[in-house]
Amino acid sequence: MRSPLTSVALFHLGPAPIAESVVATWAIMAALVGGAILITRRLSLVPSGAQSVVELIVDTVDSQIRDTMQAEPAPYRAFIGTLFVFIFVANWSSLIPGVEPPTADIETDAALALLVFVAVIWFGIRAGGVRGYLKTFASPNPLMIPLNFVESLTRTFSMLVRLFGNVMSGVFVIGIVLSLAGLLVPIPLMALDLLTGAVQAYIFAVLAMVFIAGAISEADPGPNTSSQRTVP
Amino acid sequence: MNWLAFASIISAAISVSFGAVGPALGEGRAVAAAMDAIARQPEAAATISRTLFVGLAMIETMAIYCLVIALLLLFANPLLK
Repeated sequence: MRSPLTSVALFHLGPAPIAESVVATWAIMAALVGGAILITRRLSLVPSGAQSVVELIVDTVDSQIRDTMQAEPAPYRAFIGTLFVFIFVANWSSLIPGVEPPTADIETDAALALLVFVAVIWFGIRAGGVRGYLKTFASPNPLMIPLNFVESLTRTFSMLVRLFGNVMSGVFVIGIVLSLAGLLVPIPLMALDLLTGAVQAYIFAVLAMVFIAGAISEADPGPNTSSQRTVP
Repeated sequence: MNWLAFASIISAAISVSFGAVGPALGEGRAVAAAMDAIARQPEAAATISRTLFVGLAMIETMAIYCLVIALLLLFANPLLK
């Protein structure tokens, strides 16, 4: 049985080996970008079928951002929405026979978690400047600097392992059951996998929102971000 | 089959089994509490079940961590090279 932690090179592009998950990632990206261009090319005030579906998705992402971050969704919509839609489509790409979801490879998840890590720093610096962002590491007191620093690394790592473990374990278990039991037996497990994939995409997006909101509200404690911390 | 491989297999099994116990207890408590809440307030069932699903996925991640450790021991053990 192939180790789930390694990836097999499909072909070589110059010196760089190209794995199957990279091809799947680019195919998903091309499908999403192409679909988005195709649907938004002819927007009308009275939406057609496809346009209303996309509007529904954007509206849901907006309301989730508003609920979770307590902020206007405009600056974060592109990043959070892309994260959610990409992970969702990637997890459900196992519906196509022969395609292994690219999120079942640890490199794809590492790239996504790294994006969130950079985005937290970027939005934190944008909200409060470099000084304001660096000051968040010293809250509530300078004694916490090493702990806060380690936390920002470990939570990125935990996001990576969470997504990788959930998707990979689904693929792995289906492989084991298929080799033990036969053709149609793993179908309920695949249905469970679809639920897990959707929930994990949602959780990844929500955690990214929570981390970004935390960096923003600590870096720039403005008047409208009323901190509702109760004094113990 | 040397002793290091033997120990790796045994500890992989132990890590998966003990990693399943804790999240199982936690998920049981979470579902019981959610049932209680839905029985008291049926009109809040949608919100409660959505939060429950997210919470369950978070708890289940602990078991997944143990599974990843077990797979590391079995497939990518640095001591067995």
